[in-house]
Amino acid sequence: MSTVEDRPTTATTGSPREGERRWVGRSVPRKEDPKLLAGRATFVGDVTLPGMLHGAVLRSPHAHARIVSIDTSAAEAIPGVAAVLTGAQAAELVNPMPAFCAEPVPQTAVAIERVRYPGEAVAIVAATDRYIAEDACAAIRVEYEVLPAVVDPEAAMAPDATRIHETLDSNVAFHRTLDFGDVEGDLARAHTVVRTRARWHRMGAQPMETAGAVASWDPFDKSMTVYSNSNFHNFLPWAFAGMLGVSTNRLRMIPCAVGGSFGSKHFITKVLAIAGALSKATGRPVQYLEDRVDNIAANDNVGCDRIYDAELALAEDGEMLGLTLRIIDDYGAYFQFAHGQHGNAMAQPTGPYRISSLRYDVSCVLTNKVQQGFFRGAGADPGNFVLERLVDKAAEQLGIDRAEIRRRNFIRPDQFPFKTPPGNVYDSGNYAAVLDKALELAGIDDWRAEQERLRAEGRYLGIGLATCQERTGYNASEWWFLYDNPPLPATSTPESVKMDVDAMGGVRVEVGCPLWGNSPETVVSQVVAEEFGIDPGDVSVTYADSTTGAMSAGPGGSRLTIMLSGATRGAARTIRDKMIRIAAHAMEMDPADVECVDGTFRAKGAPGTSMSMADIGMRAHLFFHDTPEDESSGLVAVHTYDHPYSTPPSADRKDMGAFYPMVSHACHIPIVEVDPETGVVTLRAYYAVNDCGTVMNPTLVEGQIVGGIVQGIGAALMEEYRYGEDGALDTPTFREYLVPSMHEVPEIVVEHLETPSPFTEYGVKGAGEGGRLVAPTAIASAVDDALKPLGVWVDELPMTPERVVGMVTDAREGRP
Amino acid sequence: MSETTSTAAPEKVRVRLTVNGTSHDLLVEPRTLLADLLRGDLGLTGTHLGCEQGVCGSCTVLVDGTATRSCLVFAAQLDGATVRTVESLGGVDGSLHPIQRAFHENHGLQCGFCTPGMLMGTCELLERTTEPDPDDVREALGGNLCRCTGYQNIVKSVCAAGRALAAERNGAQV
Repeated sequence: MSTVEDRPTTATTGSPREGERRWVGRSVPRKEDPKLLAGRATFVGDVTLPGMLHGAVLRSPHAHARIVSIDTSAAEAIPGVAAVLTGAQAAELVNPMPAFCAEPVPQTAVAIERVRYPGEAVAIVAATDRYIAEDACAAIRVEYEVLPAVVDPEAAMAPDATRIHETLDSNVAFHRTLDFGDVEGDLARAHTVVRTRARWHRMGAQPMETAGAVASWDPFDKSMTVYSNSNFHNFLPWAFAGMLGVSTNRLRMIPCAVGGSFGSKHFITKVLAIAGALSKATGRPVQYLEDRVDNIAANDNVGCDRIYDAELALAEDGEMLGLTLRIIDDYGAYFQFAHGQHGNAMAQPTGPYRISSLRYDVSCVLTNKVQQGFFRGAGADPGNFVLERLVDKAAEQLGIDRAEIRRRNFIRPDQFPFKTPPGNVYDSGNYAAVLDKALELAGIDDWRAEQERLRAEGRYLGIGLATCQERTGYNASEWWFLYDNPPLPATSTPESVKMDVDAMGGVRVEVGCPLWGNSPETVVSQVVAEEFGIDPGDVSVTYADSTTGAMSAGPGGSRLTIMLSGATRGAARTIRDKMIRIAAHAMEMDPADVECVDGTFRAKGAPGTSMSMADIGMRAHLFFHDTPEDESSGLVAVHTYDHPYSTPPSADRKDMGAFYPMVSHACHIPIVEVDPETGVVTLRAYYAVNDCGTVMNPTLVEGQIVGGIVQGIGAALMEEYRYGEDGALDTPTFREYLVPSMHEVPEIVVEHLETPSPFTEYGVKGAGEGGRLVAPTAIASAVDDALKPLGVWVDELPMTPERVVGMVTDAREGRP
Repeated sequence: MSETTSTAAPEKVRVRLTVNGTSHDLLVEPRTLLADLLRGDLGLTGTHLGCEQGVCGSCTVLVDGTATRSCLVFAAQLDGATVRTVESLGGVDGSLHPIQRAFHENHGLQCGFCTPGMLMGTCELLERTTEPDPDDVREALGGNLCRCTGYQNIVKSVCAAGRALAAERNGAQV
């Protein structure tokens, strides 16, 4: 079993002291911007190849139906149509989609015989343009035998419920109860046990760009080239190759600029398979780009959909003892990513508090809805919501101020690294300091006075408070450790860069990750600049396709800045050391006496004699006889940075090991006004204090946090997939699925505290998901605070106007 | 089947229009959307399609100076029109337009997919209101969706662009 002591103690050995850093920590202007501002970045929809066809998909209008027959003859007769494929025909060209689950839940990109969610693909078309492809879809005749739709996840669990998959004994695809610590003992010795039944509805990532792929099959050498906005082209390309029916060494995947993902585009196997099948059928390149309905209805866009029965056991003085979580999670019709979102949630279920026991009981239920994918927060988002609601409720019941009850239970700075009940380790933090800073930033006393004043006018102002964890930098074990016998117990989450210094001293870095809307070029350039003392503007950064072998798990789990810092620094150190050896040889010195300062190599402390990057670059490239013996020509390094600190789970799963140990923390204080008659919640102000370790680039980190907070405003107030009783999706476009606009956003003030991580290069932690991990529960707390005079308790998100009116009515009429 | 008879392509329509200063004389299908004409035939892929139903605003271009959702307009409606897209803003020497520069300096973009629509909407706003305040910006661009930035820096960027352009004009008058 792993222990905290296994951790690396000084991952930052050799790093310059903070005061000496010149580029890490600075708001370096974003290098990605100019091509995006000019409209010159190449997104997948911008890719054009000679002879390229366009794909379109006919989707099921029914949530659950048997496909009786499909007649494609009229569609095939339309001029310009090159191929029409049913699910059975597509299955002759491409294989079922790869799945992470151990359970037999096969899934093909185009349904065969039966559709299991509204919008599931039934037939696909390739034509000379998209208009004709859509004409052809409209001309396909499908006869359905409609089956009963399973919509309610609790009803789906009944033994006699209509089965979604005949290959399973029940719609409960997975169930497990795990106890960590003395749960029963903590419940027994508790003075108070607070309980809540909470509902977190399904929401979706909804990036502005949909998922898409251009596939080009070469039938003569059996190779395929794929342009796409997937993330895993340099992580799991072999899995895509298996699905596409291409040898792993004959698939080339080329990343495109990506118009946002927020977790939804890691795999996008459906669009890859659809484009691939159509290209194989026609022998021509085929572009398939989802339209908005395709994306909302059928992409891997959807996050958690959970019902919680939760209990928090406390001593009389407010000490938190134990936590129990019974969770029903509506996974939709397929189980492609298994229970990864619960593995993820195991990183921080007990939050920033010293809670010594945890019971985690999870049921993953299948229904006739699109399957869950991943969405910013990835399973920890509803966990934060429920835990913070319980803490607020405990404060209320025990008569302790809600800031004070948190302060009493925070893990103290001297307790790090801290091993949580399920086994994950928190690296560092100072939670009380974050809380204090947030209370000061918000000017709480002034807002309390304003609240008093408005209440006298019959208006309802509320002040929210939430103090939450943001686990960052995941390890693959979270995908599978809830299984005793996982199908693929992987433990790698690498990140690579290839760096070279050319003969004229120019530095070029090829990254394995794609440009997903974050800032890999800027981060890499800052690190190179830091290590060589050159200007980040002089560093050139490009994106590797899948043929370079540079492994990259890419952006996800708030890992990219941590991992790119490690990979880039590693490559820079390798090349810098070689350059020092070459310079020392040329200057007839000991390498130990040579240093790299401001892009020049010189005698330590004696700047008189020096060599430039170009001097050494030329020597390394063309003057083999003038370099040290055993030194090969050129200045190239591929550096793969693996997870800085992970340990395997124990065989009995009493300890899941360290798998998400770089833990950021935040305190959010939103100010809302609620109109109890209309149910409208208006954000008046928003304050956030964040600690993500060493801040690599303050402007970019703030951008991530503010963007995440606004997605959290959506989660709190408006975003929801709604289904009718017949299983029809009632929110298939942006007219029904509402995302925040400029009008819903208050002024958001963000400040930082920096507690460096002892595990990472420069002490950085991740910051990508924090905003959305905290904002929903903070806003729930604010609405509660506003409506306290009416006795409202928020336990369901989003708080749409209808729900708020319902809560107010229930409270007035004394209903729970 | 009888349905096939209805799929015969209708006659193409002649459209003469000017896009980013270049005049075009084209034959287009009546149903071709302006967005598809720009992105396809004219190769101006800076105009992005986010929803194809006028909700998100990513595809906003200027038609005769008016911010227009190019996914809701048929190319055939635009005979004689002047269209400007995001490609008209930057210089061929790589210089950024003051509006682009303001977005860069204020971190007003992340993934950049909605950005062309934001920029063209800003162009129209700054023609009408030289130095907009944040409320003016929200009024003008409130229908343009962004999923990355949380909008705060977009509002800042547009206000800064207004100030920069005003200063440029004042400087030019001196």
